[in-house]
Amino acid sequence: MYRSHVLVSGNEESVIKKIVADLNELLVKHRLQNDVKVLVTYSLNDDDKISLIIYPEGTQYYDVEGYDKLEKIVSRHLAEGVIVKELLAKGEEKTDEQKESESEFINRQFRVVLKNSGIIDPESIDEYIAQDGYQALGKALTQMTPEQVVEEIKASGLRGRGGGGFPTGKKWEFACKSDDPIKYICCNADEGDPGAFMDRSVLEGDPHAVIEAMAIAGYAIGAHKGYIYVRAEYPRAVSRLEIAIAQAKEYGLLGKNIFDSGFDFDLEIRLGAGAFVCGEETALLTSIEGNRGEPHPKPPFPAVKGLFGHPTVLNNVETFANIPQIILKGADWFNSIGTEKSKGTKVFALGGKIEHVGLVEVPMGTTLRKVIYKIGGGIPNGKKFKAAQTGGPSGGCIPAEYLDIPMDYDNLIGIGSMMGSGGLIIMDEDNCMVDMAKFFLEFTVDESCGMCTACRVGNKRLYELLTKITDGEATMEDLDKLEELCYYIKDNSLCGLGQSAPNPVLSTLKYFRDEYIAHIKDKKCPAGVCKNLITFEVLPDECTGCGVCKKLCPVGAIKGEATEAHRIDKDKCIKCGLCMEKCKYNAIVKR
Amino acid sequence: MKSLAELNAIKEKILKEKAEKIDKGEEIKVLVGMATCGIMAGAMPVMTALMQEVEKRHLKNVVVSQTGCIGLCNYEPIVEVLVPNMPKVTYIDVTPEKAVKIINDHVVNGQVVKEFTIDNMRWNKE
Repeated sequence: MYRSHVLVSGNEESVIKKIVADLNELLVKHRLQNDVKVLVTYSLNDDDKISLIIYPEGTQYYDVEGYDKLEKIVSRHLAEGVIVKELLAKGEEKTDEQKESESEFINRQFRVVLKNSGIIDPESIDEYIAQDGYQALGKALTQMTPEQVVEEIKASGLRGRGGGGFPTGKKWEFACKSDDPIKYICCNADEGDPGAFMDRSVLEGDPHAVIEAMAIAGYAIGAHKGYIYVRAEYPRAVSRLEIAIAQAKEYGLLGKNIFDSGFDFDLEIRLGAGAFVCGEETALLTSIEGNRGEPHPKPPFPAVKGLFGHPTVLNNVETFANIPQIILKGADWFNSIGTEKSKGTKVFALGGKIEHVGLVEVPMGTTLRKVIYKIGGGIPNGKKFKAAQTGGPSGGCIPAEYLDIPMDYDNLIGIGSMMGSGGLIIMDEDNCMVDMAKFFLEFTVDESCGMCTACRVGNKRLYELLTKITDGEATMEDLDKLEELCYYIKDNSLCGLGQSAPNPVLSTLKYFRDEYIAHIKDKKCPAGVCKNLITFEVLPDECTGCGVCKKLCPVGAIKGEATEAHRIDKDKCIKCGLCMEKCKYNAIVKR
Repeated sequence: MKSLAELNAIKEKILKEKAEKIDKGEEIKVLVGMATCGIMAGAMPVMTALMQEVEKRHLKNVVVSQTGCIGLCNYEPIVEVLVPNMPKVTYIDVTPEKAVKIINDHVVNGQVVKEFTIDNMRWNKE
C-alpha cells in the first residue's frame, strides 16, 4: 500500500529514465521507498519539459528537470506534505478542488433576512458596518422624513412575519399618526412554536440588523424607547444582543442625537420566561410591563394604545430584519420579490422527516416541492411525503396534493393552513396524523393561560377525545363532537392561542379524515404509531429462535426455546418495538 | 456618530484594510458556525482546535472567527475557509481532528480536503 504515487510525464525517454532513477534514489534517502511509488505516464506537454503529478492530491509540478528541484519536491512535498509553490504548473495555484461551486443548498435560496448570518462575526459591529450596516439608519435620519419612511415601508408591501401577516407599513402609520408624545417600539423575539428557530438564528447571526431596524421604526413613528422581548431559553441570542447594543451605543448609533439629527433612541432587553402565550402581542406587552402574561381584548390595538397605555409598534424579529434593506434598496426592489400580495422572502425552519434540517430563505410563492426536494434534499430513506405542518400548533397541514401550490399568506390560508412564523415540519408515511394533532393539542393544553374557559377547558376535552381515538375507544359520534368542539373553541377564545389551537385537528380532519375513521371503525393505526392499536407478532416460519429478541425485551414478554420459533405475550408487551428493530431475520412484524 | 460621512469613513477604513490584506494575499479567514445549532453539535472544541493549531504553526495571516448559522443545522459543526481570490470552501461535520487536517492541508498547503466538504454530500450530487 503506497501513500502517494508520483507520475512522471515527458517526451524524451532518456530524460524520463534519469528522473525516475533520481526520484527513486531520493526516496531511499528520505526513507520513503515503501510509501511512495514512481510511475511513468503518457506525455502531458508539447515541449520537452518534464511534469510530475502527485496523487492522491493531484498536485502538478512542471519543468522539474534537475536534481535540486527533485530534492525539493521529495523532501518538502512527499516527506513533509508542504507544496513547493515555485515549481507548480501554471494555473495550478487554483486547483480544481478550489474552483468547486458553492453548495446548491445556498444557491437555490434568496437571502435577504439571512444575508449576513453565517458570513459576519455577530459580535463585531465593524463587520456589520462593512456589509452596509447602519447605512439605512443614516439614510432615514439624514435624508428622509418619518412620513417618507412609513410610506416606503407601506409601498414595499412588507407583511408581519410573525404569523398574522398584517401589513407592517399600516401598523407604523397608525402609530405615526397618533400625537401621544410617548411611543414605543417592541420586538417580538419570543419564538415559541415547536419546530421554529429562525428568529433565534437571526438574533445570533446578525443582531445589529434588528437593532438598526428598531431605530428606524422609532424614527418613523416618533418613539425614543424600544424593548426587545426575547425568551430566556435563548441565552446566546441574549448575550449577542447585549454585546451588539453596547457596541451600537459606543458608536453613537443608539442614544442621544443619532447622526446629529436630534433623534434619540434607546433599547432595552426584556427576558421572557418562555410562556407560549407571551408570543401573542397583548400578552407580550403586559409581560414587558411586569405583569402576568395574559392577553387583552382588541381593540384598542397596540398601535393605538399599547405598552404602558401608549402607542406601540410590535414587530417580529424577521420583519425587522427586512427593514434596513428596504430603506437602502427601495420599496420597488422589495416589491419585485414574491407574489402579488405577499412580497419579499420568507425564512422557513425545516424539521422532521427531511434530509437537511435547518434554515432556508426563499421568495414568497416558492412551492413546497421546491423547498423540500430542491433545497431540503428530500425525505430520508426514500419514504413518501405525507404532509407538512406549517405554523406549529396554530397552523395546519399541507397534504401531498398541494405540494405545487405557491406558498404565500393567502394561498396557505386558502387551503386551511397558515404561514405562521415559519416552522415547517415534514412528515412521511410513518407519521400518524391523529397522533400529530394530539401532540400539538398537548402543547396548547399545557400553554393555555387559563383566562378563557373555551381554551382552558375546551382544549383539554379536545385532547381527551383525541386520546380516545388513538386508544381505539372512540365512536363515530365522538368524531362529530370533536369537530363541533373545535369550532366552539375557535369562536369563544379571546386571543390567537385559543382561536388557532384547534387548527391542527381541523386541518388533519379535512385532509386525513380516513385516518381518523380507520382508528375509530377498524381500530387500526394506518401508520403503525398509536400503541394501543398495534400488536407485534413473530412470524413462526421466519423465526430461527436465535433468542436475541428474548434477551432484549425489557419486560420479558418473549418466550420460546432456542432454535424454535418464539412467541410474544401480548398482555406483557409494552410495544416498544425493540424486538422488531433488532431482529436480523425480519421475523417480527407490526400489525 | 455625528454624520453619515463618519459612518462611511469607518466602512471605507475596514474595507480598505481588507482589500490590502487580500492584495498581499495575506489574510486567510476560517469561519466557524457558532450559533446554538453549531455549539450544540460541538463547535467549541473545533474552534479551540483551530486556534491552537494556528498558534502552534505561527500562522500570522490566518484569522479564526466565529459567525452565525448558515442554515445547514444538521451538518454542524461547519467550518468555512476563505482564501483570498479563491471560492469559499465549506466543511461539514467537523471534529477537532478534522479541524487540524483542514489547517494542515488547506490553510497551509492550499489543498482542499475534499472528503469533508459540503459538495461531498449525497443530496448535493444528485
